[in-house]
Amino acid sequence: MSLLDEMNEKATARGIPLSAHMDITWRCNERCVHCYLDHDGKGEMSIDEIKDVIRQLADAGTFFLSISGGEPLLRRDCFEILEFARALRFNVKLKTNAVMIGPKEAVRLRKMGIEQVQISVYSHRSEVHDAITKLPGSLRRTSEAVRHLKANDVKVSITDVLMKFNSRDAKAVKQMAEEWGVQFSIDPTITPMLNGDRSIMSLGITPAELEEIMHMEEFVGNVGEFCAPVSTVDDNVLEGYSCSAGHTLAYISPFGDVYPCVQFPMPCGSVRKQSFREIWYDSPAFAELRSVHVRDLHTCSHCTHTAYCSRCPGLAYMEGDFRGPSSRDCEKSYARTGIPSAAMARAGNRVPRAASGLVQITGLL
Amino acid sequence: MAAMEIYPSQSADIASRTIGDDTLIMSTLDSTIFVLNSVGTAIWNAVDGKTPLSQIVHDRVCAEYEVTNEQAFADAKEFVDRLAAHGILSISDAPIPQKEAP
Repeated sequence: MSLLDEMNEKATARGIPLSAHMDITWRCNERCVHCYLDHDGKGEMSIDEIKDVIRQLADAGTFFLSISGGEPLLRRDCFEILEFARALRFNVKLKTNAVMIGPKEAVRLRKMGIEQVQISVYSHRSEVHDAITKLPGSLRRTSEAVRHLKANDVKVSITDVLMKFNSRDAKAVKQMAEEWGVQFSIDPTITPMLNGDRSIMSLGITPAELEEIMHMEEFVGNVGEFCAPVSTVDDNVLEGYSCSAGHTLAYISPFGDVYPCVQFPMPCGSVRKQSFREIWYDSPAFAELRSVHVRDLHTCSHCTHTAYCSRCPGLAYMEGDFRGPSSRDCEKSYARTGIPSAAMARAGNRVPRAASGLVQITGLL
Repeated sequence: MAAMEIYPSQSADIASRTIGDDTLIMSTLDSTIFVLNSVGTAIWNAVDGKTPLSQIVHDRVCAEYEVTNEQAFADAKEFVDRLAAHGILSISDAPIPQKEAP
């Protein structure tokens, strides 16, 4: 077990929010076709409110802090927020489209000791990337930013969200990332909009394309190992949790609303009405979430994929039941192994589809 | 002649958080991770660039644990030397001015 795994285990046992994800704005200078956010900036927390939340997170034991958006750099005080978090000794990652990062910004990020800058790149071709972001010149500007960051030894990771328009370019994006000397990963998951609208899900790759991707060494490493079904479901698995959301991870929106994860929009409280600590330890929503072990999942606990499934309780929540399966993850497990999940078997070996707009997510204000 | 005092100071190129009795530290330069136990945490949290190691050992180690001052200082010196070798802290023979946490 690695040192980080050990600390994660301790944090889980003690109920410490080791990681937090803060969106400091939902405004954005791009309009990515698959984005799950609206871009309304009304009611965003002030710099003082954000600093207060960050201070509360430090007191609660948070170590990993992701600052994201929207495009966080659209806030003029973004650097002040990042530097404040670094002064409180957080491990800080910045999720950005990077189009506003020039040489000066890269130097400032290096000086503050940012852990990593995380950027989405959708294609090596401007006509594809820019069509997805709807910002002309965005691939050129993002590429230039990566070079500025690398020139200053800032760690960078590239994520390529796979959609029907760009999945064929993934190998070329990976090659581009290697040439830049940055980390690369793919993300085949399109998240429904936080207002419950699932229409953007149709932008995702098909099951056949997913299966192809899941069997490509470039993306998954050892295909034999990655795609081999593992049937061991023991007490350790059944007593465990699907993921860290709400256990050691919290998400805070630009409006102060607290959720288990950015992809799990179950309202747990607002830092404008209560302290973060009160929400984290006393919220009935968090308590309910933490009471659910893998053993309690009505379908997934009996599924052959349980031991290695990437089941996202947030996606399941957005399908109407966070104790239920997430159809996208059923699809992934099937694409990996060729074995239908328990939910698929129940639906006649087909991936069950959630009804459109089944869950409407509202803020707490 | 009295032994020369040493003043350890936490590096700015780290992230750190005390969780329970342990402290998690990560170097922002190379992402190396360190986990300090309770004694290491007691020393780490007292390292401020202006308190000599001998006083930290006296106040935070000898006052809490059954150990001789000599042994505790030798162990603490080895501990800070190891962290200094990784760039997690620096050591000076004079107090080092520190930026106050916000």
